[in-house]
Amino acid sequence: MGNKMESLDKTDQGLDFFEELKHRFLCFKKQKYLEEPEHFQALANAQSPKFMVIACADSRVCPSNILGFQPGEAFMIRNVANLVPPVENGPSETNAALEFAVNTLEVENILVIGHSSCAGIEALVSMRDDVNSSSFVENWVANGKVAKLRTKAAAGHLSFYQQCKHCEKESINHSLLNLLTYPWIEDRERKGLLSIHGGYYDFLNCTFEKWTIDFKRSSIEKEGPKCLVKNRSFWC
Amino acid sequence: MSGKLRKCVMLCCGGKPPSKDMATDSCEDAIAELQKLLSEKCGLETLAAAKIKQITAELEKTGSEPFDAVERIKSGFARFKTEKYEKNPALYDELAKRQSPKFMVFACSDSRVCPSHILDFQPGEAFMVRNIANMVPPYDQTKYSGVGAAIEYAVLHLKVENIVVIGHSCCGGIKGLMSIPDDGTTASDFIEQWVQICLPAKSKVKTENSGLTFQEQCTNCEKEAVNVSLGNLLTYPFVREAVVKKTLALKGAHYDFVNGSFELWSFDYNLCPPLPA
Repeated sequence: MGNKMESLDKTDQGLDFFEELKHRFLCFKKQKYLEEPEHFQALANAQSPKFMVIACADSRVCPSNILGFQPGEAFMIRNVANLVPPVENGPSETNAALEFAVNTLEVENILVIGHSSCAGIEALVSMRDDVNSSSFVENWVANGKVAKLRTKAAAGHLSFYQQCKHCEKESINHSLLNLLTYPWIEDRERKGLLSIHGGYYDFLNCTFEKWTIDFKRSSIEKEGPKCLVKNRSFWC
Repeated sequence: MSGKLRKCVMLCCGGKPPSKDMATDSCEDAIAELQKLLSEKCGLETLAAAKIKQITAELEKTGSEPFDAVERIKSGFARFKTEKYEKNPALYDELAKRQSPKFMVFACSDSRVCPSHILDFQPGEAFMVRNIANMVPPYDQTKYSGVGAAIEYAVLHLKVENIVVIGHSCCGGIKGLMSIPDDGTTASDFIEQWVQICLPAKSKVKTENSGLTFQEQCTNCEKEAVNVSLGNLLTYPFVREAVVKKTLALKGAHYDFVNGSFELWSFDYNLCPPLPA
């Protein structure tokens, strides 16, 4: 692993960069692609992943690494702070990908994965809510402001670090609820064709928590939507 | 798959479903028979495809183990922890404190093209955005705050040194773009609106490659769209500034998983220096 980081450190010059990526691709081709020709031929014809994963763009949390997804297994969206805006916010890259995964690929599972020390969530918790921001990051993470309000209500007396940790998880649940604002997602979930899961990767302790949304009990109530869950697991 | 294909061949030929004796026949023989049949008799392909789908559904119901999504991710995480995390404590301790990737990567959401596989990016190496057809929209704080947020964070905070936009073969998003009728009518809620970011790529291909087949045009569009995205990166002032200062390089790439090849190119641009006041 140390060698890998060193190689990339040397790729300041254009030529080294090209050489390094070429070397890596050829290793992938030799060690994986050519080792399983039938599998990759089948994938070239069509993909039929069982998962759609929404994860943060953070370089440390790629689900192909931490959950070992192999080519063909997971259709993936990666954005800052793994946020899913609700349908009423209008078109975005996130819901275009959702539409394709659910309606065309007919994935059976959606997994929203949050993580520890998320800078996007940190920006959300620390930003001022009373002024319009000129920052892209703040404009985007404002999609999670309901999660921030819940965090301040439940954990506002705790340290900034603990509030961020609370908000990282609250935001996952908020995104899970936002998934249900899409009629074609809600429809498939209700028919038992689609399961919606939340996941939280803590890379300080290398633990993973997972839970599934309990659709039958969740409802949008006057006092605010609640995310009710089942099948909670903790892996360490 | 071999069991399903054998049954399909027999059904297409109008014969009986396979008996137990057929179990010893090879998968290759079954595929060869089917291919021969399909090439000899036009119009059988649709029937064959439908039969395959039906047989697959039956087999999935009766025979094999149901897919357990939770077990799948649980075992994946356990393998990561034992084979990577616990074998590199120094690296993961450092990563827990901060990330300092040298790359920002745009790749398609397609399940077959994760850069962590094809370019072996390890934890900490690449800040990664994945969306339909790996597109970078032009600067717009209202419409495209998601992508803008990722670029802003990567360039201003992480100070990445390279942004690579990776397109790929058989891209459903690009095919969707190329399939939008000339009158602009769309069938989807969000997909077609999103992929129209790269309409300039489609126009270029339609003009310059009108003699090519639709599939060939799509392949060209996959690469042209990467160039449109690279151009759109320059509409972000902080990207432009870093490129002029030569602290940031922009690269395009195309992964062809049909032929097992990878193309990589530098983005050719001309940036005028600021005019004197």
